[in-house]
Amino acid sequence: MANPKLMNKIGRNFTLLCASLLIVTTISIIIFIASKGLSTFIKDGVSIADFLFEKVWRPDAPKSEGGPLVGALPFIAGSVAVSLLALVLCTPFGLGVAIFMSEISPRWGRKVLQPVIELFVGIPSVVYGWIGLSVLVPFIRNHIGGLGFSLLAGSIVLAIMIFPTIASVSTDSLQAMSNDIREASLALGATRWQTIRMVLIPAALPGILTGVVLGLARAFGEALAVQMVIGNAIRMPDSLLKPMHTMTSIITMEMSNTVMGTVWNDALWSIALLLMFISFLFIMLIRIIETRRAVK
Amino acid sequence: MMNARTSDKIATIIFYSIAIFISLLLIALIGFILYHGLRVINWHFLTSPPSAFRAGGGVGPQIFNSFLLLILTMIFTIPLGLGAGIYLSEFSRESRWTRIIRICTETLASLPSIVIGLFGLLFFVTVLKWGFSLLSGALALTVLNLPVMTRISEDALRSVKRELREASLALGATQWQTIVHVVLVAAIPGLVTGIILTAGRVFGEAAALLYTAGITTPRLQFNNWNPLNMNSPLYIFRPAETLAVHIWKVNSEGLAPDARQIADGASAILIIMVLFFNIVSRWFGRWLYGRMTGKHGKA
Repeated sequence: MANPKLMNKIGRNFTLLCASLLIVTTISIIIFIASKGLSTFIKDGVSIADFLFEKVWRPDAPKSEGGPLVGALPFIAGSVAVSLLALVLCTPFGLGVAIFMSEISPRWGRKVLQPVIELFVGIPSVVYGWIGLSVLVPFIRNHIGGLGFSLLAGSIVLAIMIFPTIASVSTDSLQAMSNDIREASLALGATRWQTIRMVLIPAALPGILTGVVLGLARAFGEALAVQMVIGNAIRMPDSLLKPMHTMTSIITMEMSNTVMGTVWNDALWSIALLLMFISFLFIMLIRIIETRRAVK
Repeated sequence: MMNARTSDKIATIIFYSIAIFISLLLIALIGFILYHGLRVINWHFLTSPPSAFRAGGGVGPQIFNSFLLLILTMIFTIPLGLGAGIYLSEFSRESRWTRIIRICTETLASLPSIVIGLFGLLFFVTVLKWGFSLLSGALALTVLNLPVMTRISEDALRSVKRELREASLALGATQWQTIVHVVLVAAIPGLVTGIILTAGRVFGEAAALLYTAGITTPRLQFNNWNPLNMNSPLYIFRPAETLAVHIWKVNSEGLAPDARQIADGASAILIIMVLFFNIVSRWFGRWLYGRMTGKHGKA
């Protein structure tokens, strides 16, 4: 039989290797995406300001017409608009369900809503996209107006997708509140709703905010479900009912149609780099919220 | 001003309505998918290959690819994630080094899946020249799931009682023997639940696969099981479109006249699999836990 001491050493080193792999992978992703994404600015000579703030997306435009025109603002604005609207639509429901589960009826919450939330998480994003495409888009076209493919359709689909994140993180943070503050408030004669509104929500706010930011991050990064219902037209998001593009949808649509090394392809990698950068910002935001909570 | 008691009642009613609305919404979504999908699903649909321009194609190869990709992904994800989880829970003390590992895990977990797919396109498909293939897809999904698997493993291992470890170490076992024979065994219910839930996620993922496993499937010879042969379904360097990717493709290309029926059927299969994974993980975790704690009681 193998020497136990030796096995111990091998085992320990194997697990260390696995843990180090997490670091190596993360760093390689950053380096690979950054090296492709930055070449738009270094090799192709596009200025970062033009990329972020210009509205014309024609990366193949010839020099004589002032090309390459790599204005990603419509996609950035599209992502921001669709994600924020999704957040606005979803937060009341997410928070409402969290309050229901932790304050109104914990028994029903555990037995019914907990599995409901887990199933919402489990439904694949293409299935959400497909339901959006086959139900929501025709509904908007027939009853509200426009083509159906729209900012509104994208936001509603995203709202359903990020609902479980906001609901479950908020529930955890409400349940973590000590019973003392509930009892103290009730003993002072406050009703349950007053206790929720004036004591529990303010006390659990950092946790709720963490859930909201996590939801926002998920909305920002979601690709296919949004792409299927948003209509994929390059324009600034100026109407709820008009088709538009997001950062993820333009990558999905155009990445396979462009040749690696061309300006057009590089520009798409720059959008991916920006997407990665924004997801880092979200993590930092969550860290700041959490350290504030820890200090309290 | 409104009476505090009345507003309390109104608030309670509103919270009940929200809870009921959300539950009904889920039932409506799943009911809709199953209602439309189950009318499409039959033996022909489940087993025959898709036809590009004519109606009547199936999703046989896509279902096969989904399962094969799931198995391949798990072969990579489980040992690596478990290893990292063991390191974090058993072999390390909180230090700057573990903090770096944790920050990386968190960063990796929060990356949009399309970004991971693009990394796969760059590294596995282009740099390593594996092309759009099962292997590229499985490794992209491994990157996607590694942070989740690590966290699940660490949590499951940490929840094992300290006394068990101490008893084993006191008997003269090495740390590795303790982990393999005591801690891992006690952590199995938590691990299994986590692994099955991860499997459900792999099954439904599409964005990370578009540019790694690809959106096509070659004609597969289902009588050729030699993994080194190019026409074999098991050849890992062939492109492999999964069920989830197929739903996206039939909608965005829209060549098949019965795209709607295909998407309905494929969605229903995905939903059934998700429900299956969900129920099995719940039931199996509980069953294992009961069985194992029962055994401990008898011994």
